[in-house]
Amino acid sequence: MIELSDVRKVFPARRGAGEVIALDGVSISVARGEFAGVVGPSGSGKSTLARLVNLLERPTSGTVTVDGRVLTDLDDTGVREARRSIGMIFQHFNLLDSRTAAGNVEHPLELAGVGRTERRRRVADLLDLVGLADRHAARPGQLSGGQKQRVAIARALAARPSVLLCDEATSALDPASTAGVLDLLRQVRAELGLTVLLITHEMSVVRAVCDSAVLMSAGRVVDGGPLTEVLARPDSALAAQLVPAPAAPETAAGALVQVTVTDASPQGVVLQTLAGELGLSVEVVGGSVETVAGRRFGRLLLRVEGDDGRLDPALARLRNAGALVERTVAGDPRPEAAAEDEPPAGQEPPAAEEPIVQRFADAPDVQR
Amino acid sequence: MNDWSRIAPQLLDATGETLYMVGVATVLTVLLGVPLGVLLTVTAPGALAPHPVLNRLLGLVVNLGRSLPFIILLVLVAPVTRGIVGTTIGSTATIVPLTIGAVPFLARLVETSLREVAHGKVEATLAMGARRRDVVRTVLLPEALPSLVAGVTVTVVALISYSAMAGAIGGGGLGDFAIRYGYQQFRTDITLVTVVLLLVVVQLLQWAGDRWARRLATH
Ligand SMILES: Nc1ncnc2c1ncn2[C@@H]1O[C@H](COP(=O)(O)OP(=O)(O)O)[C@@H](O)[C@H]1O
Ligand SMILES: [Mg+2]
Repeated sequence: MIELSDVRKVFPARRGAGEVIALDGVSISVARGEFAGVVGPSGSGKSTLARLVNLLERPTSGTVTVDGRVLTDLDDTGVREARRSIGMIFQHFNLLDSRTAAGNVEHPLELAGVGRTERRRRVADLLDLVGLADRHAARPGQLSGGQKQRVAIARALAARPSVLLCDEATSALDPASTAGVLDLLRQVRAELGLTVLLITHEMSVVRAVCDSAVLMSAGRVVDGGPLTEVLARPDSALAAQLVPAPAAPETAAGALVQVTVTDASPQGVVLQTLAGELGLSVEVVGGSVETVAGRRFGRLLLRVEGDDGRLDPALARLRNAGALVERTVAGDPRPEAAAEDEPPAGQEPPAAEEPIVQRFADAPDVQR
Repeated sequence: MNDWSRIAPQLLDATGETLYMVGVATVLTVLLGVPLGVLLTVTAPGALAPHPVLNRLLGLVVNLGRSLPFIILLVLVAPVTRGIVGTTIGSTATIVPLTIGAVPFLARLVETSLREVAHGKVEATLAMGARRRDVVRTVLLPEALPSLVAGVTVTVVALISYSAMAGAIGGGGLGDFAIRYGYQQFRTDITLVTVVLLLVVVQLLQWAGDRWARRLATH
């Protein structure tokens, strides 16, 4: 639905500032109906990326395709036409103070030449949809932040777009309003079959609503994919931000084992094997479990005492069965490089020297 | 000193002339100054329709118009006035220099007002597929309206002061009256009454303008 292909965006040097390479060869692809996130530190090019999708910013090179139309090939009239099918909402709402809530929602319909009675009907439906049926006449100044964003969402949906761009749409809201707006986005995505591209620096937002995400850094995409796939890669930079690995306590005695918990790979099997079958002493020393993309996901850090050499073979067995478990060392949040799938019994793998690879990328439980 | 019964009707006529000059000049100034201010705003670098050459040129013309003392402008545009009105004497003729003097003044005020409209609003509207002229019509002007009304009020007050100055060279109105009866006949009381009248007019206009702007900003 949204395809950016090798786009670069260079802002030319201005007085007092050098040239800025905001995007440096970015390619992303968002499927129809997908809720895709873009995360990354401030200045990494997230907003520029969003603004390329409706050509508010023209790429220096590369192509932008939305719903099969190559926007970068269109002239101004074509671009204006295409923008009608791409709604956008912003951090600071950008509502017109000279209009009421209803007037703001009506604005894009006026611009599109929709007749007055039809406009009135659609405005009423839209304000109803966003839960503001009783605030038609309110001015933006009389609405709370969350209500303003709801009006902005109604406005963005007025022309019946197939794509919705959200640039830090919840970043100016308190947690309760954020949750409400995210619920609404999820609801309209489902009801209207929208494709959503959501820019944010808040990982909790991605966890709450996104199916997939990309991580940007200095104008490049450095990681990304469906969240369930990303999270099953313990060395993924994006996963580390979405669900940070628990820090291992410095003084932990015994072996530390990190368990990645997913719906398909519950921690129960691991605990039962280690504590039940092997009779080891297992204690949970850290971790968190989050709901990501509507599914349970977490990382647990276990301290295992009483290992008589059976731990590593047991972990290998668990891995073969699809469990996401690894040995880790105290004070190092990154799991140590794991053993080969079936290491010779009793032989310790040459741990820290091994390169970090995407070990669990093909685990059976991570296919969406 | 009891010739007021003779003077009062003339004072009333003079007030009428001032209101006529300033009224017509205001309408013309708004008709010319607002589009000029819009052009100044949208052709600026990074604005809606950047056009550096046109922007510089307009800026130059506006600055020239604003830096020229009004009394000099009065003399300079006399040939233009004669071309348009047929004479340089009287209140109708004075409308020409008044308008020429006030247009650059209002254009700058309009530019300042429009620039204060948050760029995000413009961007949100462009993202809806709006044409640039739609952005000017449905975003820039309506969002800046309270500030534009304040700018027009300031311009009207300036026009009253210009018109009094124009009176000094036969432009009619209250300025002319004050010079002819008050100054030249050493009638300080007449000068004083004229000044008070001007003050009342200015105060009334300012009050009405402020009220209107406030109502627009909060309605
Ligand atoms: N219009 C612009 N002119 C010049 N530089 C810009 C412009 N817009 C963005 N940039 C620069 O591009 C880089 C990426 O900006 P942005 O996409 O806003 O990042 P993010 O949204 O991730 O914080 C930054 O260095 C920013 O300063
Ligand atoms: Mg940004």
